[in-house]
Amino acid sequence: MDSALIPEGVKRCPLPQFTKGLAVVGAVLLWGVFAMLLCWLKGLNQTNMNDYYGFALWIWADLAVIALGGGAFFTGLLKYILGKDELKNIINFAVLIGFICYSSALLILAIDIGQPLRGWFIFWHANVHSMLTEVAFCLSCYFAVLTIEYLPLVLENRQLDKVPFFHNLTHNMHEIMPVFAATGAFLSCFHQGSLGGVAGVLYGRPFAYREGLLVWPWTFFLFTWSAAAYGPCFTIFLTKLMEKITTKKLVKDNVIELLAKISGWMIFTYIIAKIIDTGWWAFRTAPEMGFQWTDFYNNAFYGIWILIAEIVVGGIFPALILITPKGRSSSTGLWIAVILAIIGVSLNRWVMVLQVMAVPVLSFDQWVLYFPSWQEIATTILPVAYGVILTALSYRYLPIFPQEKELNPA
Amino acid sequence: MKQEQEKPKKFGMVIDLDKCTGCGACMVACMAENNVPFKENETNKLDSITWMRVYKLTNNKPFPMTEVCYLPRPCQHCEGLHTGHSPCVSVCPATATDYDMETGIVSQIYTRCFGCRYCMGACPYHARYFNWWDPVWPEGMEKMLSPNVSPRMRGVVEKCSFCFHRYQAAKDKAFYKETRAIAEDDYQTACTQACPAGAITFGDLDNKDHAVYKKKQDPNAFRLLERLGTNTKVYYLSRKEWVRKAGDNYLPGEGLQKPRRIHE
Repeated sequence: MDSALIPEGVKRCPLPQFTKGLAVVGAVLLWGVFAMLLCWLKGLNQTNMNDYYGFALWIWADLAVIALGGGAFFTGLLKYILGKDELKNIINFAVLIGFICYSSALLILAIDIGQPLRGWFIFWHANVHSMLTEVAFCLSCYFAVLTIEYLPLVLENRQLDKVPFFHNLTHNMHEIMPVFAATGAFLSCFHQGSLGGVAGVLYGRPFAYREGLLVWPWTFFLFTWSAAAYGPCFTIFLTKLMEKITTKKLVKDNVIELLAKISGWMIFTYIIAKIIDTGWWAFRTAPEMGFQWTDFYNNAFYGIWILIAEIVVGGIFPALILITPKGRSSSTGLWIAVILAIIGVSLNRWVMVLQVMAVPVLSFDQWVLYFPSWQEIATTILPVAYGVILTALSYRYLPIFPQEKELNPA
Repeated sequence: MKQEQEKPKKFGMVIDLDKCTGCGACMVACMAENNVPFKENETNKLDSITWMRVYKLTNNKPFPMTEVCYLPRPCQHCEGLHTGHSPCVSVCPATATDYDMETGIVSQIYTRCFGCRYCMGACPYHARYFNWWDPVWPEGMEKMLSPNVSPRMRGVVEKCSFCFHRYQAAKDKAFYKETRAIAEDDYQTACTQACPAGAITFGDLDNKDHAVYKKKQDPNAFRLLERLGTNTKVYYLSRKEWVRKAGDNYLPGEGLQKPRRIHE
């Protein structure tokens, strides 16, 4: 029924089957929308946040999706600026993931603020000294860049491409794409960094606080580095997942392996920097503030395991697998590495948001733990459902994977 | 009227913990004075709004050596290590909280706050509160609200203002009397006046004629979390070493450190 919209030379499942799948995910999406409306109409009392947990699940989700969506800017940088031409075969998908992640982040932020109608105050009454202001500006600008990068892909739909204006526009946009890739990389360096800075500048919170260079705490640089390092792992993970779901090979191994190798070395170097940062903080910064580093891990939940899980399991292990040719070329090795990497970076963002709130600072205060309400969980799953739908639609109707036709001859 | 440039002030408090009985009158006075909203069920203290909160401290020793101390905690009106670099003011993305150079008071602009709660995450004293609900007053109570303080709406952050409206009223009074200076008694916070034990003293920390100036120099004076560099304007007094030590965090084996006196 919709064959005229499907790219030429590729096979897609029948429309009824596709629609059924969409309906299931759509139901989840509606559940999330319902929770979102509750939060907007009734207020944030719908959440389990409290005065100790001003930042909670949503801010973690925000930081995590932005880190995972970092594959878009870094792959763009590698392809358009550093000349890694093989990556043209995965860049479309990386851009799509980035677009989903960033639009999700903006949506979550819009739900998270207590007075959503005043959201524009962050631009109008901007405090230029606040890391969050920098996040807002760079995030919005980079989302605009991602939209510009995603647009030509939409216009490459078989029917839209027949319109001469769209065809020419797409061609011209491709020509100037390096400019947008460079802009995206520049903006990403700042907003990823300023997201790290959000926690790092909190000198009233010894668990988060980091010294740094000029006005930037070390977390500024670590967040940018980790997003560039771990983001491509998420791109690889979703590509492999798409291949499992569609039961087709979509991207050639040499492309995946190149991205995996670069990602592996980035994680390897990042984790060395992270270990140095942790050591400096544990043995110099925290003691100056009156804390032993073990004070931050003496809770039943927030134990030392979380530090080991983040650095060793989610950092050193995937780095070692990915930098080894045998490791990254093995299907199992690659799967394990990218999953551990995703867990590692997500855990890092969790720690820098939730654990910061949990640790007592006053000597007579106590650890406070929190569990999100169903409304918070539903609104966090909402972007996942939206992402699945947009990915499904893009895969069905747009030439997301340029090698698909060649790899799957009719 | 003589128009002279007034010297900037640094309003602050000295709270004598050895006098505090933990009666909570300061909390009640603060709530009534500042139209602080409350819930029908206040069981969950994690989302209750208490601009002034009294903590109960113990020396963690078994009976009969057990000692208890009550510690009233308003907003500490941090100055930071360079003027106005309070943990919260520096992070607010919309300039909805401000450090007043004229008084040293950290203000909150309710109509500009859009509820991101970054300031709450930045404050180590938990002195900032979010309005999770719209305020609901029991029938008739809305007539008892103070006309000098605007009630806050759902979705914004609020905190102790050192009863800033009283400072404005004192300034108006001084203007009417054609004197530029505000007398110590003209501007006092509600909690200070309500404390039956006289544990709270309020005034200009830089003014030698104000009681707080001398009290903050007491050898038993300390401030909360001095090691973080928040440079607060609330001083505490206690003759008990364990109480003074509870004001900050110390590594094992570290003795009580002499407080940094940035306001002198």
